[in-house]
Amino acid sequence: MSEIRLERIVKTFKDVRAVDDVSLTVAQGEFMVLLGPSGCGKTTLLRSIAGLEDIDAGRVVIGGRDVTELPPRARRVAMVFQSYAVFPHMSVFENIAFGLRMSKVEKTTLTRRVRSAAELLHIEALLDRYPSQVSGGQRQRIAVARAIAMEPDVLLMDEPLSNLDALLRLEMRAELKRLLNEIGSTTVYVTHDQVEAMSMGDRIAVMRAGRILQLGDPLTIYQTPVDRFVGGFIGSPPMNFLPATVRDGGDGLRAEVQDAGSLRLDGTAAWLTGRIGQAVTMGVRAEDIDVVEDGGADGVLRGRILVVEPLGSHDLLTVRLGESRLKVATRPGIALRADDPVVLRPQVERLVWLDPESDRALERPASAA
Amino acid sequence: MTRAHTLETPPTTPARALDGPPVPEGPPPPRRKHTWRRLGNQALWYAAAIVLALFIALPIYLIFVSAVTPEADRYTYPKAIVPSALSFENISFFLRASGVVDAFWRSCIVGIITIVLALGIGAPAGYAIARYVFRGRDAYRLVILATRAFPVVILSIPLAVLYRQVGINDSVLGVALMHTTLALPFTVLITSSVFVSIPRDLEEAAQTLGCSPAQAFRRISLPLALPGLTAAAIFTWVLSWNDVFAAAILTLRNPTLPARILSSLTQAPLHFQFAAAFVMLVPSLVVIFIIRRYLLGLWGRVVK
Repeated sequence: MSEIRLERIVKTFKDVRAVDDVSLTVAQGEFMVLLGPSGCGKTTLLRSIAGLEDIDAGRVVIGGRDVTELPPRARRVAMVFQSYAVFPHMSVFENIAFGLRMSKVEKTTLTRRVRSAAELLHIEALLDRYPSQVSGGQRQRIAVARAIAMEPDVLLMDEPLSNLDALLRLEMRAELKRLLNEIGSTTVYVTHDQVEAMSMGDRIAVMRAGRILQLGDPLTIYQTPVDRFVGGFIGSPPMNFLPATVRDGGDGLRAEVQDAGSLRLDGTAAWLTGRIGQAVTMGVRAEDIDVVEDGGADGVLRGRILVVEPLGSHDLLTVRLGESRLKVATRPGIALRADDPVVLRPQVERLVWLDPESDRALERPASAA
Repeated sequence: MTRAHTLETPPTTPARALDGPPVPEGPPPPRRKHTWRRLGNQALWYAAAIVLALFIALPIYLIFVSAVTPEADRYTYPKAIVPSALSFENISFFLRASGVVDAFWRSCIVGIITIVLALGIGAPAGYAIARYVFRGRDAYRLVILATRAFPVVILSIPLAVLYRQVGINDSVLGVALMHTTLALPFTVLITSSVFVSIPRDLEEAAQTLGCSPAQAFRRISLPLALPGLTAAAIFTWVLSWNDVFAAAILTLRNPTLPARILSSLTQAPLHFQFAAAFVMLVPSLVVIFIIRRYLLGLWGRVVK
């Protein structure tokens, strides 16, 4: 198990910069998720670590060893492919043993390692079968077993769960997390599924257009996205963004949302003083908004309900607020219907403030943090 | 896989007729209906297969009958479907005719050289087209086919002259080279489609598991491509074995079997021609049967 250090990686396809000057350090034993929409460069970055892609500039260092110029076989990495890439002409046993045979592992050790990898993935009963005789979920397990049997320094996974059906994916997600925890492997995991990223990653690197936009632990990224894209990409439903203006309300700062009302802000937003009179974008998560009777002096936002979606664990409201639409998660069984007026009070300490021009989060002065 | 699938997914037309009139109380039990449909489908499948098999096998059988009919029954009419007695006199006479056995072996050698050369050159080309994106790849693919659009007849005299100048006229190698040229467009296209169907991921996975690119090819892609390569080999063999034109132009004293038959049997009585046709047929059938068994074995394991 080793640390991975990526230094200023650049990879260009024709005239597209798939990976644009990316630096990233994955600590030993860490589970790092590369998350982003398709075409953001996350898979290219992963393949660069594996050595399947020749990078145009930069260095890849694994466990203190510069592997930039080494072929994949010399990097001591193992990779799980989106398509699983199990070898159809070999039995499950031979598939798992393939890498060990290539590195001339002695026979009893080989059998032992194949068996223990198979046991970890609960496929020891399938060892004599061929890949065409097992299900998609089992093929996925073969691919993972083949990778961990190598006892690699680094485990790379390229959307390993995306070809499974929803139920199986949920199950494998938890199992993979347990498994990787157990073997304590340094893992880089590529996905476009933000739920997968949130639930599995120690840290997440959100990528877009070949760059890392934000790097941090899942909760931090969820609560304080660095820009509108990250806030919208992470979380379901996406974060709400409302245009607002900062006002001096006499008793403290207020955020005024046109045609909806104004909110009194608490001390956590005192640093916005410098923005009085200026337009800002207010970001708020659906579950951080309460449906209230009246907010009193703290102020409320008044809107009209467009849709009520009962989802069992909660109800999801779509509310029209002036010119904007807002998603609100409430406790289930709320006695509200479409077209009803509704009074909302966001939890002001959870609000995120962005510059409406650049869509990036406003810098909070260090002293006020 | 496709075959099994077709068997179990009934088309609507012929199977429905087998359902019978609906029972007044309600629809018949679904299981039964399903079995009837399956049966109807299977019958259709087998009927089609039998027609197809007869289409190929009947002429072969007639050639066989005519070749082994003894001298006495040669001109009886109508011809017996089953020969009155097996007689190999026509065939043995043909085989004993001067140069036939030599020509036979020559044809075999030409075929083998052609397979080796066509696959040796064509398979790497097919692999390159399948795996690598390079400038002019699509144009290259077209140009390969265009070579077949050019009639060989026009080339015959320049070819004969060139062969004389180089000194490979009237030789096994010369004919094999010509056959390789004729076969290459097909081997390239067949093998490229074979390699396209093998996911690149497999080779990359092998590389992360300790293979060099060459090892990944040998251990993963090559075994998976074998059935397709075998098909290309059969095709090449048949092409070489059947070719009369190039062989007739390029050889004189050392003809291949078709060229030999063409030069000596055009005026011969019918039964000798049938004997010759039979001798020509057998090796091709043997080659195809041997390779086919191997081919099905491989496919049966890899593709369910």
